[in-house]
Amino acid sequence: MSALEEGPVTLADAPVRRLNMIEAINEALHLMMARDDSVVVFGEDVGYFGGVFRATAGLQKTFGKSRVFDTPINECGIIGAAVGMAAYGLRPVPEIQFADYIYPGYDQLVSEAARLRYRSAGEFIAPITVRSPFGGGIFGGQTHSQSPEALFTHVAGLKVVIPSTPHDAKGLLIAAIEDNDPVIFFEPKRIYNGPFNGYYDKPVEPWARHPDSEVPEGYYSIPLGKARIVREGEALTVLAYGTMIHVAEAVLAEKGVDAEIIDLRTLLPLDIETVKKSVEKTGKCLIVHEATRTGGFGGELSALVQEHCFYHLEAPIERVTGFDTPYPHSLEWAYFPGPVRIGEAVDRLLASGGRRAAPGGRNDAVRNG
Amino acid sequence: MADRPASSHSNRGNLPPLSLHVPEPPYRPGDPVDYSWLDIPPAGTAPRPDEACEAAETHPLCHGLIRVLDEDHRAVGAWDPRLDPETLRRMLRVMAMTRAFDDRMYRGQRQGKTSFYMKCTGEEATSVASAFALADDDMVFPSYRQQGILIARGYPIVEMINQIYSNRADKLKGRQLPIMYSSREHSFFTISGNLATQYPQAVGWAMASAIRGDTRIAASWIGEGSSAEGDAHAAFTFATVFNAPVVFNVVNNQWAISSFSGFAGGERATFAARAVGYGLAGLRVDGNDALAVYAAVRWAANRARANKGPTLIEHFTYRAEGHSTSDDPSQYRSAQEREEWPLGDPVMRLKRHLISLGEWSVEAHQAMDRELVEQVKAATKEAEKNGILGHGLHHPFHTMFEDVYEELPWHLKDQSEQAMHERRVKWPDWKET
Ligand SMILES: Cc1ncc(C[n+]2csc(CCOP(=O)(O)OP(=O)(O)O)c2C)c(N)n1
Repeated sequence: MSALEEGPVTLADAPVRRLNMIEAINEALHLMMARDDSVVVFGEDVGYFGGVFRATAGLQKTFGKSRVFDTPINECGIIGAAVGMAAYGLRPVPEIQFADYIYPGYDQLVSEAARLRYRSAGEFIAPITVRSPFGGGIFGGQTHSQSPEALFTHVAGLKVVIPSTPHDAKGLLIAAIEDNDPVIFFEPKRIYNGPFNGYYDKPVEPWARHPDSEVPEGYYSIPLGKARIVREGEALTVLAYGTMIHVAEAVLAEKGVDAEIIDLRTLLPLDIETVKKSVEKTGKCLIVHEATRTGGFGGELSALVQEHCFYHLEAPIERVTGFDTPYPHSLEWAYFPGPVRIGEAVDRLLASGGRRAAPGGRNDAVRNG
Repeated sequence: MADRPASSHSNRGNLPPLSLHVPEPPYRPGDPVDYSWLDIPPAGTAPRPDEACEAAETHPLCHGLIRVLDEDHRAVGAWDPRLDPETLRRMLRVMAMTRAFDDRMYRGQRQGKTSFYMKCTGEEATSVASAFALADDDMVFPSYRQQGILIARGYPIVEMINQIYSNRADKLKGRQLPIMYSSREHSFFTISGNLATQYPQAVGWAMASAIRGDTRIAASWIGEGSSAEGDAHAAFTFATVFNAPVVFNVVNNQWAISSFSGFAGGERATFAARAVGYGLAGLRVDGNDALAVYAAVRWAANRARANKGPTLIEHFTYRAEGHSTSDDPSQYRSAQEREEWPLGDPVMRLKRHLISLGEWSVEAHQAMDRELVEQVKAATKEAEKNGILGHGLHHPFHTMFEDVYEELPWHLKDQSEQAMHERRVKWPDWKET
């Protein structure tokens, strides 16, 4: 198969349809399986049934049972087998039914997949893409709601990708599958069907009304390690990913704040240049994630911003996160970092100015009065 | 893709190419179902070894099927537990109650009173008859499909509904997904959503009981699908090494969501047969025959209590309904499977047995069913006074931060205050009671 070696194709003229995130992911899988016969897809209920969220629907019918199949309920086996298949030369795309169930496969990911290249000096590699729905907001209780991305960003050798739109989901998944390193691809399940904006008591918008549901037909890839500027702005920088992009967008629009919103898309490797440029411009940084706070990826982001942009910061970096508890069932919306929590952090950032500014920095007198 | 690995085939040209076996269930949607290929030995034929026998003596039983109730609804053979009619009626009642409860809760979920529900329809005997065979203070480590044990042990169904509604009276403070009960008082371990984790835990509890010279044993349940998890291997190994007083139940209801038992190894061997390799005692039982289930679990419990070690029991049964309220089984299996299931329905079989003994009647059964429906209805009404999911009557916000640790660390105190503050912003008139 040489299809992959053709490199990215520009699809300026490709027909564009409106898809939801599941459809976009499903399309990416179809496309990659057709382009590269080393791609195999497997996991619990992914074969005949097409996955409990239907992400793999139709794949088995099209590509046959030896490339798309159900597995035993054993996440250690799913990841371990993926490592072995990768060692042979396949390009496995296993699904873990919920991110909350990835832990039995954690050792295979952390000690094996992540280090294969390093410990064999490149003799063996693990071009594996582990897809898994993650995040809360569906009344899934503590075992269908977790956001464990930081457990993977902490591991040398793993890449972590989280899309926030159907358009990105397709392009990023294609890039992840093509990548020769193991990629954890977390899919924010709360926005599978629509760009949930955090106002849980209002009706959910379907993707069809969102511009980023426009997904070109055919092949395109979005390079890993490249953030997306969702909205340009001057007042402050928001660093977020997944569901929280839409929540932050809604809150800032409602408040009429001219924020620059950055969808990181890839947590590792991180697009530090885009982050740096933005924070240097705005001087203020808000980090938002749904995961628990302590040891969360927000801490890493905060440290990086501090290291790279200290002399441009005009206010302490703000972190808005889930609370440091398991995800509670009935109090889901009290847990979720929703509009109030984000809104108040924005207010604090806007209210403080210049305190931390260093002489010679870009703390212009204009902004600080 | 410069460092893409080579995937060229080796060229031993004269050998046939390998091919991957992927299990396929016998029937898919729309297929006619015929179970005549299933090997179902007649009731009463399985020998019953001594409870203190060598484990190996049970191993032939791992390939058969222990059955007590015959075609004429009589209890026959060495495994007949010879229960008195009163006990049989109580068992029947708990099984019927479990079913009535499931029906009501399923409807409640459909009516939006909660987020999720799981029935155990067709599998009631595997939990209820097991509970009858154990002592009430034997520790059980259940999966999410053993509501029958809680009901058998007299846990108030109002409390179960409070948990399902995640309301302000929920003893688990609204934290857990519906049906993930816990009741220390009923020796019922807190249910995990992560499959099979309870299996090695049951062994640990049993080891602790042995360490302390106690007389209580542990029992655990998993589905045949979950038996594929590494936790099962860990459990079997620890149990056999330490001869732990534990009863392992594998409820083989044929399906794990959309995956049939073949995806857990069922094409090659029975689940009971795993006992052979580990040196555990093993039994395979007709899971829709309450008397056979009772007899098998009782045998294993007596054996464990006599310090003769662990037993693995496969309960051969059928998941008559969807996996959960999130599932639509018509997408992946033939609807005829349920109708054609050759082992019948556990409630009906026990009912007919009691009738054949002259200890029960169709009318008495109907009256009992009506009474149970009313009882569940009344409990539902009672529980609804405490609220349903998402309608404001939940536990106070600060409880969200309790029990993460024994004591609240400073950062959780801060976060708790933040949560209360957010609540005041959203509902300015609100006061925490
Ligand atoms: C570790 C883990 N992996 C996956 C799941 C998702 N899951 C929930 S139930 C289930 C099927 C279990 O089937 P089985 O063990 O046969 O029990 P049954 O539901 O049939 O009673 C799966 C895959 C989970 N809860 N935990």
